[in-house]
Amino acid sequence: MDILLLLIPVSLLVVGLIAWVLLWAARHGQFDDLEGPAHSVIMDDDRPPPAKPQDKDTSDA
Amino acid sequence: MDAPSFSSCFHCGLPVPGGAAYPIRYESETRPACCRGCQAVAQTIIDSGQGAYYTHRTALPATPQQAEAELAQLGLYDLPEIQESFVRVEAENVREAALILENIVCAACIWLNERHIAALPGVLSVEINYATRRARVRWDNGRIQLSAILKAVSDIGYIAHPFDPGRSDEIHARERNTAIKRLAIAGLGMMQVMMYALPTYTATDMTDEIRRLMSWASLVLTIPVVLYSAWPFFIGAWRDVKRRMLGMDVPVALGIGTAFAASVYSTFSGHGEVYYDSVTMFVFLLLTGRFLEMNARRRAGAAVEELVKLIPAVATQLPDWPARDEAQVPVARLAVGDHVLVRPGETLPADGVVVEGDSAVSEALLTGESLPVAKTRGARVVGGSLNQASPLIVKVEKLGADTRLAAIVRLLDRAQSEKPRIGQLADRAAAWFVGLLLVITALVGAVWYAIDPSRALWIVVSVLVVTCPCALGLATPTALTAGTGRLTRLGLLTTRGHALETLARATDLVLDKTGTLTLGRLSVRRIVTADGRDADAVRALAAALEAGSEHPIARALRQDRPQGECLAASSLRGLRQDRPQGERLAASSLRGLREGVATDIQARDLRNTPGQGIEGRIGEHRYRLGAPRFAAADASPPDADGDASWIALAEDGAVIAWFALADTPRPDAAAALAALKAQGLRLHLLSGDAEPAVRAAARQFGIDDWRAGALPEDKLAYVKALQGQGRIVAMVGDGINDAPVLAGAQVSIAMGEGADVAQAAADMVMLGSRFSTLAEGVALARKTQKIIRENLGWALGYNLVAIPAAALGYVTPWIAGIGMSASSLLVVLNALRLSDFKPAAPPPVGETPLAVPR
Repeated sequence: MDILLLLIPVSLLVVGLIAWVLLWAARHGQFDDLEGPAHSVIMDDDRPPPAKPQDKDTSDA
Repeated sequence: MDAPSFSSCFHCGLPVPGGAAYPIRYESETRPACCRGCQAVAQTIIDSGQGAYYTHRTALPATPQQAEAELAQLGLYDLPEIQESFVRVEAENVREAALILENIVCAACIWLNERHIAALPGVLSVEINYATRRARVRWDNGRIQLSAILKAVSDIGYIAHPFDPGRSDEIHARERNTAIKRLAIAGLGMMQVMMYALPTYTATDMTDEIRRLMSWASLVLTIPVVLYSAWPFFIGAWRDVKRRMLGMDVPVALGIGTAFAASVYSTFSGHGEVYYDSVTMFVFLLLTGRFLEMNARRRAGAAVEELVKLIPAVATQLPDWPARDEAQVPVARLAVGDHVLVRPGETLPADGVVVEGDSAVSEALLTGESLPVAKTRGARVVGGSLNQASPLIVKVEKLGADTRLAAIVRLLDRAQSEKPRIGQLADRAAAWFVGLLLVITALVGAVWYAIDPSRALWIVVSVLVVTCPCALGLATPTALTAGTGRLTRLGLLTTRGHALETLARATDLVLDKTGTLTLGRLSVRRIVTADGRDADAVRALAAALEAGSEHPIARALRQDRPQGECLAASSLRGLRQDRPQGERLAASSLRGLREGVATDIQARDLRNTPGQGIEGRIGEHRYRLGAPRFAAADASPPDADGDASWIALAEDGAVIAWFALADTPRPDAAAALAALKAQGLRLHLLSGDAEPAVRAAARQFGIDDWRAGALPEDKLAYVKALQGQGRIVAMVGDGINDAPVLAGAQVSIAMGEGADVAQAAADMVMLGSRFSTLAEGVALARKTQKIIRENLGWALGYNLVAIPAAALGYVTPWIAGIGMSASSLLVVLNALRLSDFKPAAPPPVGETPLAVPR
């Protein structure tokens, strides 16, 4: 049982990390379009890479 | 379903008229198209290497039809003074603009547009949001112009409008983002707190140390859930309290607050119970419901700010009137007293008075009147209406906020702000329940305080936790969510939370005529020929005479001639799914004119007499087509035919044929209205049209109460009068003129193909344009109401057991947890029964509404 004394704080850290990741994703527009990407992955998309990816926001288009 | 057979158009899926020859080459096969527009679009798509679109698409696109006039104007979007409102200049040549894309029907459209635009040289990036149908394009102004990008979009059959993203969009994006963050925090907190809570309920050999550590860990996780995720509930409750009302937020906030505070006290003091798991789970479940509701509402309401599209961005000014020099200026720069030239197919930029020209102007979107109104010198014209026949020169009298269009928008705003008060009546029962619960809790607390003050707090907390969350928080929303989801799949999109409840209680159904019960398009109802003439032959003559006209009568006569244009097909499309918009319809007949519908009959020496008819020569004979008096002096129509108007065709002064023209009724409206009547609803018909037409329609559809010539104000007054008698009014409409009434009725349904503003004002949107969804919707709404009552009944029964148990002090946290979960589960499962709800009348085959992804 003593291992719980370690595991519980560790689990808190993990949850904190996940929360940070989720908030980061929300801030960076990962949830802006919840439908489009689900469809676009199944289309074979052999277009040339975007001319000049300056912003991160072009990478998830 | 998306591999059209050889008899339907490869691009748009509509039937190919016999004899049309518009071949498309696709993967070494030849496929047919229904018209030149489809052929050009399909060939562009295939030739640019994006033919895969045809294998990926899950819905058929609209028949391409963009105004030639509009296309010609694209170049104006390159002017810096026009760009300044919607283009962001990033670097010297790098620019960014937001575009609204029209005609997007499925994900493959997004894919196609993205690829097509990205492939243009000079385009730096393009991003299209599937949910909002908005695109962001960045381009190098030194290498490509915005007009070229817009043109490229229209080449593949879509329409892109630049727009000013504006404040409301930004605010919404921020709200949505915040909601997602709150949901994420609550979800994470819930899962992890449950991990800590379960062992404390089940383990027998847990040391106190571990137990305390777990409650401390739970506390750490619950703090953000309560202070951040649940914040809106506290704000809402505070607002309710300030207004002395008992909304749902009050018990929710009280439950969360008390349970959390008690748990914190217990964690610090080391005795008592902790309820962190109940708190986090409850917050998460409620937030989920609210998030889904917010999304649905936004989807249909997005169109408010697009109202401006009705007023064109650019106008043709005649600065030196009466000299004829033209200048293209942004509408925003126009001043009162300016003269503007409005060509056929263009929209009037402002209210004004005609100083030159004879034309017919369609005001259908503003007044609901389906026939165009003749305008000559001195006539007043309204901004937003569409010039249909010939050029007009208009002196501007009112601009922007002073126009009639703006007045309608203000009316709409007011009606919308009055609505919440009516909607709140529905909450009254819930408020009563909440009040009762609070009284009981207070009593229990007081009694226990007298018996044993040290236990009083815990008893009160357990009463609050074991009862209010599930009983009240979930019973209604789960049923509404399930019902709304089912309704969406039936083809009726709910955009405001109360709509389903109110629809179930509606006693009166008020209908608009044009565009709602009818398709808002004239068609030939009957042909009467003189002395053995062939109906098809006279029709071909009429069509030849009208080949160049944009008048709706001309369109009706042309509609089903052998070499049918896309136009004929577009009336079919209206039944299917999309929104054929008046403007583009009109424009498409321009296209028809230009492409010259292949026919062997050609009319010469055409002369148009506005408001009367058209005259011309075909072969050896002189023909006159139009109003009876115009065609031949002694003409008198065969008989009255309800709301139909008679048009005469005369050959060398003798009438050879009569055409009865009438608005096309929506095919399934009659059956649906009969079903609605059988459900006990009283039907009313309100229309801006003239009396004969409205009376005929009322008789045809079996509606007893009707009112003709009704302005938006009259319609609103009629509905208010009904409401004054205590009736609950459901309103169905489509036009901008209906928007104020839609907002004023207790529950309102807009046609999916109608004006965007109408949809924004409505509580529900009919997506499939299948009228029978309305009857199904009412049945489903009533079923939902029944489920809600069952849920509340169950919650009540549960409370009758749980409250006494908790009040007597028998409820430990784990019992409260199980009780809460079990009662939620039962309520949710009961609500899910709505998902399989089958409407009594099976929908007609073939016209399934498009599924709307949520």
